[in-house]
Amino acid sequence: MSSVLYDTPGPRARTRNVVLSVVFFVLLGLVLWWAAMKLDDKGQWAWALWKPFTTSEAWTTYLLPGLGNTLKAAALSMVIALPLGAIFGIARMSDHRWVRIPAGVVVEFFRAIPVLLLMLFAGEFYVRSTDIPSDSRPLYAVITGLVLYNASVLAEVVRAGILSLPKGQTEAAYAIGLRKGQTMAGILLPQAVTAMLPAIVSQLVVIVKDTALGGVMLQFTDLLNARSTLAANYANVIQSFAVVAVLYIVLNFLLTSFASWLEGRLRRSTRGTGAVLGAGTVEDLNAGEVGGSAPAGKTG
Amino acid sequence: MFDFLEGYDVLGAFWTTVQLTVFSGVGSLVWGILLAGMRVSPVPLMRGFGTAYVNIVRNIPLTIIILFTSLGLADIFGVTMGAEDFKIQGFRLAVLGLIAYTAAFVCEAIRSGINTVPLGQAEAARAIGLSFSQTLRLIVLPQALRSVIGPLANVLIALTKNTTVAAAIGVAEAATLMKTMIENEAQTVAIGAVFALGFVVLTLPTGLLLGWLGKRLAVKR
Repeated sequence: MSSVLYDTPGPRARTRNVVLSVVFFVLLGLVLWWAAMKLDDKGQWAWALWKPFTTSEAWTTYLLPGLGNTLKAAALSMVIALPLGAIFGIARMSDHRWVRIPAGVVVEFFRAIPVLLLMLFAGEFYVRSTDIPSDSRPLYAVITGLVLYNASVLAEVVRAGILSLPKGQTEAAYAIGLRKGQTMAGILLPQAVTAMLPAIVSQLVVIVKDTALGGVMLQFTDLLNARSTLAANYANVIQSFAVVAVLYIVLNFLLTSFASWLEGRLRRSTRGTGAVLGAGTVEDLNAGEVGGSAPAGKTG
Repeated sequence: MFDFLEGYDVLGAFWTTVQLTVFSGVGSLVWGILLAGMRVSPVPLMRGFGTAYVNIVRNIPLTIIILFTSLGLADIFGVTMGAEDFKIQGFRLAVLGLIAYTAAFVCEAIRSGINTVPLGQAEAARAIGLSFSQTLRLIVLPQALRSVIGPLANVLIALTKNTTVAAAIGVAEAATLMKTMIENEAQTVAIGAVFALGFVVLTLPTGLLLGWLGKRLAVKR
């Protein structure tokens, strides 16, 4: 056990580490004990409150349909946002100013606005201007909000993906006489998509987390919304929160692990240029541009 | 033309958004630095706690955390944050939730900054006999923090946008007001534009200013 920040512990350092461990353990234990006691005071450990989760009813009536809707909204948003994002990302790199600037304005605008505002606006818009039946309106609103926001983030991912490719790819394409469009469609985009895969999977985690907003603010019947219906039925607020949180953690943890597995695989791969956009890129892009500079593609 | 704004305190709502951002920003910076310190510390238990905290919190939707502060922490655990007023309690709980969530991202940004400090810096610090906490406080963190101003600005911008989630527990900030306004007024598009513009105004200068500062302060290597 050693790191660049500290030496391998000698006898004194070992004693200090043990003391610190014990102090930290006691502090942590005190917090947990306080929480457990509070729960006990309110009778929250009663088996009757946890039991519903061992029955199939809670899962088939509430949790699984909710999880299904969460996944449905996330998948549909991703499927719609990806081509849109590719179009805007490529448009932003156009040689024509009248294409580049409007595309840039649209992308920066939708990235600067909270996704909740987009969802709320879309929800109200569908109520007033369309005749979409009221029971599927929340799904439309959630997907619209997520697509507008994520298409603009994915546009930046696509741009970063293409910029991360070595310049020689473009030059070689031009040298063998390909046009700009052919170079983009035949040479750059296929390689960029491969490099982007980990970033796209990471963005899926962001989308899954954002669907929960629709569950609370737009009555979209997702996993979080199913939790409140379930808790209203069985009167188990804490327990349902715990179970639903675990479901989200497991789902997102699987996606995150898949993304980093993909990233590692692409980095190790000897085929292609070795350009990879990892999860770190996605985090930076979700926040908005800093300093107005182009995102630096992280090449491996 | 802007008569739909009458009777609504739009500036007040955005002021609440700014307050949420500032309080949560300061809180999550402190908690995030502590977490980052734990994640690189020589004490295995602290390292484990830091890693577990970050991995769990980053994979939970913020909406769940905010909702839990109200329905769980306040209602069941009786954490009222020293507020008698329901509104003030909601605000403080939202700040608490935002800190808990954002700190995980601050921690990861700082940890990536620690990794950019050349190995020789920490080795030299150890060679002159500095302890772990001295190495971290005097040598590594000052350099790391200067190089992560850009990523931290990104976290701050994301936090500004995330404050809208406080609407889930009824804090009277921008998203809550926008929901009320577009439901009651006819000019949906104009209202949407006003609130969108408000967030552009809040996030754009933050990004530009901190981006400039980050370039100025970065340790040139």
